[in-house]
This record gives sequence, structure tokens and C-alpha cells, in this order.
Amino acid sequence: MTLSADIRVTRAGDFTLSAAVSAPPGTVLALLGPNGAGKSTVLRVLAGLLPLDAGRVVLDGTVHDDPSSGVLTPPERRPVGVVFQDYLLFPHLTALDNVAFGPRCRGLSRGRSRQVAQEWLDRVGLGDLAGRRPRRLSGGQAQRVALARALATEPRLLLLDEPLAALDAGTRMRVRSELRRHLDDFGGVAVLVTHDPLDAMVLADQVVVLEEGRVVQRGAPREIANRPASRYVADLVGVNLVPGRGLGGDRVAVDGGALTLPDAPVGEVLVALPPAALRLRATPPPEEERAWPVRVVGLESQVDRVLVSVEGPPDLRVSLPTGAIADLGVRVDARFWVEPRAEEAVVYPRPVVDGPTSPLG
Amino acid sequence: MTGAPAGGSRRGTAVRGGARSRRTGGAAPALLLVPALVGLAFLLVPLLGLVLRAPWGELPARLASPEVLGALRLSLVCATAATALSLLLGVPLAWLLARSTFPGKRLVRALVTVPLVLPPVVGGVALLLVFGRRGLVGEHLHEWFGVSLPFTTGAVVLAETFVAMPFLVVSVEGALRAADVRLDEAAATLGASRWVTFRRVTLPLVAPGVAAGAVLAWTRALGEFGATITFAGNFPGRTQTMPLAVYLAMESNPEAAIVLSLVLLLVSVAVLALLRERWMGGASR
Repeated sequence: MTLSADIRVTRAGDFTLSAAVSAPPGTVLALLGPNGAGKSTVLRVLAGLLPLDAGRVVLDGTVHDDPSSGVLTPPERRPVGVVFQDYLLFPHLTALDNVAFGPRCRGLSRGRSRQVAQEWLDRVGLGDLAGRRPRRLSGGQAQRVALARALATEPRLLLLDEPLAALDAGTRMRVRSELRRHLDDFGGVAVLVTHDPLDAMVLADQVVVLEEGRVVQRGAPREIANRPASRYVADLVGVNLVPGRGLGGDRVAVDGGALTLPDAPVGEVLVALPPAALRLRATPPPEEERAWPVRVVGLESQVDRVLVSVEGPPDLRVSLPTGAIADLGVRVDARFWVEPRAEEAVVYPRPVVDGPTSPLG
Repeated sequence: MTGAPAGGSRRGTAVRGGARSRRTGGAAPALLLVPALVGLAFLLVPLLGLVLRAPWGELPARLASPEVLGALRLSLVCATAATALSLLLGVPLAWLLARSTFPGKRLVRALVTVPLVLPPVVGGVALLLVFGRRGLVGEHLHEWFGVSLPFTTGAVVLAETFVAMPFLVVSVEGALRAADVRLDEAAATLGASRWVTFRRVTLPLVAPGVAAGAVLAWTRALGEFGATITFAGNFPGRTQTMPLAVYLAMESNPEAAIVLSLVLLLVSVAVLALLRERWMGGASR
């Protein structure tokens, strides 16, 4: 299964979604983005629940939606399985009959579809709950039934809409690793919508970041985490992102000063600074222009470290060992100098993806 | 504050709260209480009168009389047939109104509910004009098939359906609107056609609404008088249902009218009990 889709949809309230997604067989593609970015709309289009206004959806060389030539395959005839956000299990059917629903609709006999359903329930570890109605299943169990139901039709494209969002933290961790295992076994393309970067990191091979209906970044999870292209992604992965301009000769001009960063490209750049790559100093460093004067605006405890929010420019988050807070006398409204460790900074050209949005705007 | 006094004050509050709620529970102003009691009496006294005046001694004999049994049987058969017809036509109509979009839908919805507010006798006149031997449809029915509907048992069923179906449509449409459309979408992604989705997902989900609507329609059909007597006439054994028999008996044999009324009252109470069960079941789920 190869997925290739160019999606253009205009919704009421002049929201326009314009995104291209493609994936080779065996890929797990995560759509990452804030609420209202258009992630679920992409899934609805791929499932056939929402027709395109322009563009096309092609699965394995078969065109399923193309307004210019009038092609539109209804959802029931697409090789697609969907795990919906709140699972949407049929409340009047048992877990077994929920899973058997798809195979039965695709032409299997009643007995055979139940057999297939039982096999799938066994595979997700719920074989002994086959007779239960959805209302008597826990969140994690319902999620697994929904996954079994989607996979039982042997789709070639699996769509998962926030599959873990409805679960509590403990369950989510367990279900996430189970999901990873099932996705590894799945031979087709899986598209996963999430706003949790951890989901994307653990489950996906490829990440597409959507903001306000546009793709602002795409790449491997590691790439997204190390070189975030937008403030949203940087906040998600917990990295400081500072826009700047490469002046040549390893010099980068940024708001509030300048940095010396080895191999900095010339032109518009982004500098990713992990919070642990920043130091707080009570006095200005000898080379003054390599540090920013800042004011502390917040403190947040994180295991053995403390995340200090400072106001610049630029606004940054600095991670310090808990002991250093006392040594330095860090408290709200205290003034310090922030000094970046150049060797831990990542500097890269500001990416231009899909159109004229300014990701830092 | 220490633990013990806090507990004591909490207990004190509870007692005071209990006293206050008892006071608000009991003290209804006379301006509301008096009309409320009069209203209650107005609703209950006639029913009580019916029960008290009933000739209990000769009840079994009167119930077993061929006229009463005939009218009862006809009423039950016609109301059930009208309910079946309402289900057959009304459920798809409700689905159309709840789940599809077409121009003029709001107008159609308004038109569907017209028989709810229309005096039934007007409905009877309208049916007669359409299905009568000279009517819009009736003319062709007679010409092509030799069928004449008015003053037949079929006419009773049609008249009752006309009056009762809107109750079913309104009830089922409400249930359809309350049901999650996304479950239909989930069914579609699993490969279900729209018909299979309707049969295996939508219909089971709105079954309580369909059942409640059917019971309402059945009750309405059972009590139907105006449209029936206008469109179907009043022929014993053929079109004379219970309400018609009651009306006729009042003039010649009031005792029989009381017995017939009592039977209808019992059926109504039974239906109410059934519906209550249904609604309670729905609420606890």
C-alpha cells in the first residue's frame, strides 16, 4: 500500500486545509498539530467521510477522490480501517459482534466473521471479553476492541484519530506500547493523528506537523525533535527556538544579541537550544555579547532539575540542577545572564514548507 | 479549627439544612395550591365517576355481548394495522427528516406535523375528497382496480394512520437526532452500505424511540373518532370501532356506553404503564 494524497478542503468559517501527505508501504505516519489544525479533517478525507474540494487521494495507484474528474469512492468501498477518537463502538453489540461487523459487511458468513472476530480479539488480548457490551469495557479495553474492529477488515490504510487521548496516563503508556507492536505487524500504511509528541516519537516513522491547515514541517521524529521548524513544535518537544540571521563566519544575529555557532549557515536561520544547554550567571560573562540579560518569571520542578522560565528577549526556558537554584538564588523577578553552550545548540536554515505561512508568527 | 468542632458544626448544618428543605417542601402558597388541587380533581373525578357508575354486576355479560366484542376486536385490529402502516411509512420518513438534506426540508417537517393539530374531522373530510369515488386518487382506484375505499375497514385503517403517524414520525425523528451520527460513519468505514447501516446500527439504536412512538400511535389510533366517522362511517362489524360504538350507545343505551368507556380506560391505563416501563428502562440505561 502506497498512500499519496493532495488534500484541499475549505470549511465554513473560511478555514482552508491544504496538505500533501504520502507514505510508502509499512510506514506509520503521524499527523502532529494543535487543535483545529485540520488533522482530523485529513483523516476524514482519507476515509471518504469528507469529499475533497480540490486535489486527489490515491491508494496503491487507485484514485479514490478527484473532484476534477468526478471520482469519489464512498467509505464502505475503500480499503481503509479507522480507529475513531472515542472509538465509536456500537453500544448495542458485544465486543465480538463489533469486531465481526466489518468482515460480515465485506461478505463473510455470520459464522466465519465471528471466527475472524474472535481471532482478532485474541490477538489484542481480549478473547475472554468477547461477550461484553462496550459500556462494560474499560477505556483501554475499548481502545483495543476498536483497533481489532478496524484491523478485522484487513485494510491497507489504517487511520487512527487520537487513539490514546481518551486514556488515563498509566493506561496510555501500556496501550501505546501495545499499539506499537500491532503497527509493526501491520503491513499497510498507518496514519496517526495526535497532539502528543511522545505518541509521534514512539509510534511514527514519519511526522507531518500541521498548523492552521498547512504543513509546517515533515520528517523523521528525531529530525522534528532536534530541528523544530515552528514555535509549536519546539514547545511540544521542550526546546527553545530562537530565530536569527546567519551573518557568515559562524556569527548569528538574534534578537537581543549575537551568538557564535560553528557551521552556522548564512541567511534566515533557527537556533534550537535545549533547556539543559543554557546556563544562568549572576554576572555578565567576559564576552558580553554571548549572553542575554533576562528576568526570571517562573520556576517548575522536574524530577532532579528545575525548569526556569526567563523573559528576555528572547524568552527562554533554562533547566538547572535543583541545587543550583539555591546556590544562584533563583527566584521570580531575579535578574540573570543566560549563557548558551554553543556546542549543544543546533542551527539550521529556517525551513520553508508548503506555502507562505510564517511558522514563528 | 480542630477536627471535632468541625464535625459537630457539619452535623448541625445538616440538621438545619434538613429542616429548611422540609419547610420549602411543605409551604406551597395557597394561590398555587388551590388551583392545583382543583385541576387535579377536574382530571380525576370524571374517571372516578366512570368507575363508580359502572354496572359492575352485569359487566361480564355486557362485555361478552357480540356488539362490544365486535367493536373491541375491530378497534384492536384497525389500531394495530394503522400502527404497522405508520411504522412502515413513518420510520423511513423520520429518517429522511433527521438524516438527509433536501430543499424544503423545514416545510416538509412542518407539513408532517399538521395532522397533529388538525381537527380529525377535517382530516376525514380531506381523506374522503382524495380517496372518495370521485376523489383525486379514489377515482383511479375505482376505475383501474375496482376498489372503493370509503366506508370500509380499510378506510378506518387509513383514517387512523393519517391521525396517528405524525406521533410516530415525531418520536422517531427525535430519537434519530439524539443518536450519534458518527456511529453511522463508523459503520460505513467498516464496509456497511447505507441500508445495512440503517438496519444494523441506526435502527437498533433508536429502537426505544420507535417503540415509544408506536405505542403512542397505537393509542391515538385506538381512540380515533372524527376522521374515522367522516371517512369510514359507522357500520357495526365493519367500521364501527370502540369510540364510535360508545358515541352511538350513549343515545340508546348509556349503560353499554359506560362499559365500553371502561374498557377503553383500562386499555389506556395499561398502555401508560407499558410506556412508563419503557421510559424508565430508557432512563436507567
